[in-house]
Amino acid sequence: MTNQLLRFTTAGSVDDGKSTLIGRLLYDSKSIFEDQLEAVEASSAKKGFDYVDLSLLTDGLKSEREQGITIDVAYRYFATPKRKFIIADTPGHIQYTRNMVTGASTANLALILIDARKGLVEQTFRHSFIASLLKIPHIIVCVNKMDLVDYDEAVYEKIVEEYKGFSSRLEVSDIQFVPISALAGDNVVNRSENMTWYEGATLLHMLESVHIESDHNHIDSRFPVQYVVRPHSKEYHDFRGYAGRVAGGIFRPGDDVVVMPSGFSSKIKTIEFGNEKLEEAFAPMSVTITLEDEIDISRGDIIAKPNNHPKADQDIDLMICWMNQRPVNLNTKFYLRHTTREVKAVLKEIQYKLDINSLEKLDNAEQLQMNDIARIKLRTAQPLLFDSYRKNRITGSVILVDEGTNETVAAGMIV
Amino acid sequence: MQDKLNQDVTIEPGVEMSQYYLSHLKELESEAIYVIREVVAQFENPALLFSGGKDSIVLAYLSRKAFHPAKIPFPLVHIDTGHNFPETMEYRDWLVNELGVRLVVGSVQESIDKGRAKEETGWNASRNALQTVTLLDTIEKNKFDAAMGGARRDEEKARAKERFFSHRDEFGQWDPKNQRPELWNLFNGKKHQGEHFRVFPISNWTEMDVWQYIHMENIPIPKLYYSHEREVIVRDGAILSTSPWLKLKPDEVPTKKIVRFRTCGDMPITGAVESDADTIEKIIAEVAASRKTERGTRADDKRSETAMEDRKKSGYF
Ligand SMILES: Nc1nc2c(ncn2[C@@H]2O[C@H](COP(=O)(O)OP(=O)(O)O)[C@@H](O)[C@H]2O)c(=O)[nH]1
Repeated sequence: MTNQLLRFTTAGSVDDGKSTLIGRLLYDSKSIFEDQLEAVEASSAKKGFDYVDLSLLTDGLKSEREQGITIDVAYRYFATPKRKFIIADTPGHIQYTRNMVTGASTANLALILIDARKGLVEQTFRHSFIASLLKIPHIIVCVNKMDLVDYDEAVYEKIVEEYKGFSSRLEVSDIQFVPISALAGDNVVNRSENMTWYEGATLLHMLESVHIESDHNHIDSRFPVQYVVRPHSKEYHDFRGYAGRVAGGIFRPGDDVVVMPSGFSSKIKTIEFGNEKLEEAFAPMSVTITLEDEIDISRGDIIAKPNNHPKADQDIDLMICWMNQRPVNLNTKFYLRHTTREVKAVLKEIQYKLDINSLEKLDNAEQLQMNDIARIKLRTAQPLLFDSYRKNRITGSVILVDEGTNETVAAGMIV
Repeated sequence: MQDKLNQDVTIEPGVEMSQYYLSHLKELESEAIYVIREVVAQFENPALLFSGGKDSIVLAYLSRKAFHPAKIPFPLVHIDTGHNFPETMEYRDWLVNELGVRLVVGSVQESIDKGRAKEETGWNASRNALQTVTLLDTIEKNKFDAAMGGARRDEEKARAKERFFSHRDEFGQWDPKNQRPELWNLFNGKKHQGEHFRVFPISNWTEMDVWQYIHMENIPIPKLYYSHEREVIVRDGAILSTSPWLKLKPDEVPTKKIVRFRTCGDMPITGAVESDADTIEKIIAEVAASRKTERGTRADDKRSETAMEDRKKSGYF
């Protein structure tokens, strides 16, 4: 019962075999129920296939089934005795960068699929770049359809070399490679007998053993206050607890803390969870903190340490992904959501757009379109309490919300 | 019934703690509590949809943890089909009292009497679809702007794409093509007048996670989930409990079987499984070995391959 949770996302261009691979992982790890399998067998037969099309297992909504493509992020679950897995299944279609960004935002790991016959394609660059932009700590590159290239080691090695050459420009420290056939099952869960030249681990083994303990920041203490708990009861008349989820570092009773933005300092009295009293709390634990002193604290404040606290500023530099059909121009105003705080913000400057295939910077952009990635400057109505996204994915991320439609229109990573 | 929240305990930092990572159950628990707190912070008048099933029980329990030592700051809403298992009702009333929380009941019978909903006829008639009308009426009448539910993404294909914060238009409808992207843990609960949200704090839990959590936390659950002797009939492969609402076909003869339920919904259509699992440990072992999804025992999803999606679009949970 103490296995860890690994969240991963999958990316590949259409027909690289993503759905088949996910189906294979679910099937070989025995995560598919009899009635689901029966339904897929029936659909496969109806379509005239002579094999069970495992990709149908992850098939989504009716309209997508009609169009034959996946159009959104879907979440899948499976478990092995070692770990529980959450897959954010995102489409490979070119105009859906936003979905991959969405899936990548919560992932510890990205699976990138490459068709062995085609080698690296535009989407491979695109998806790898997004993984690096979103600071997914681990990447596994799956060279798929090895059965269609006679399980040839040379084909695999060439792709690995090319990928390594290109990825040296990205900021991902942990990249592994595996040659697979999602359709036949080679090296997915079971070792391939067709590729004895491959000495590495199977894909599932990699997923089970990748080191994720350091994916959260356990150094810089950050506690965004989410809600103030005031029981108003006789028994707990003076109780005032600050509920929230630790975003970084470690908090212990007795620690000296400083509350931002007020700058007041105090000491942690207790860290509570339900009616348990905890000795320490770290990311991503939801707890309630009480302090020795009565100070005015509300939602959106951050509890940090006197010698280590987030920056406070109204001018914010960000990389953003524009996610809405309607383009955006300079001086547009938004609601900005960051940790548990909401402020108004205005788009002050588009420094450059990024061509995510060549990583080239395009200057003089006045407007951002759907799926554009750009470096921008925002001005906020009140100071934001933040870290760089590189330092902390929780205190370094924002979303922008349209003032009129209330839609989430952009994802931002603070530089 | 034992209940961990009634004892005061101090957790010593164990091996797991000093390594600074959480077990999957603790991480899912923390995520769900974060979402529940976010709902209370972002909405004016939230509610928790309580079906009496294990998922909504876990949700109620998580809510208590989230706000302890304060009381849960929102009511439980029960959409009462009038066709409930008596065990569900007994449990509901016990829990409401235990939590000290307000209960709001939306009655399907009342919707039928008022002509807002039309009773189905035929052998497999159910009030499941009618719940949608009553639910939407209850939300409107009480001006709830967020309704939390215990739905999980692993339950059904259409649910795999649901967000934690699921936006509904003025008609309570879900548009799967026009969902807001949901990034990191930054939930966008902004809405226009008349719109509301459904929120699913345990989206990322599987059936197994729910059972393991119930076990870990010692959460009391309705007796229905444990193996017991019951008078049943077998219809189209489904084991159905006899009840005043189950019309017997001429050739159907009730027999006694040792069964338990994996979900507890509308009594005439919720199928039982033959089982002698009479403890949580045995239930977990059974779920682990089981080869059928839990919804597989619900007659309503079998009607068509996309039955769930169709109902979701029209405002069902
Ligand atoms: N020969 C072979 N075919 C594969 C393999 N993986 C996937 N396919 C086939 O490639 C096609 C596209 O696969 P699918 O999983 O739907 O791709 P997606 O668009 O990336 O989800 C299907 O016809 C699969 O059967 C593989 O490893 N070997």
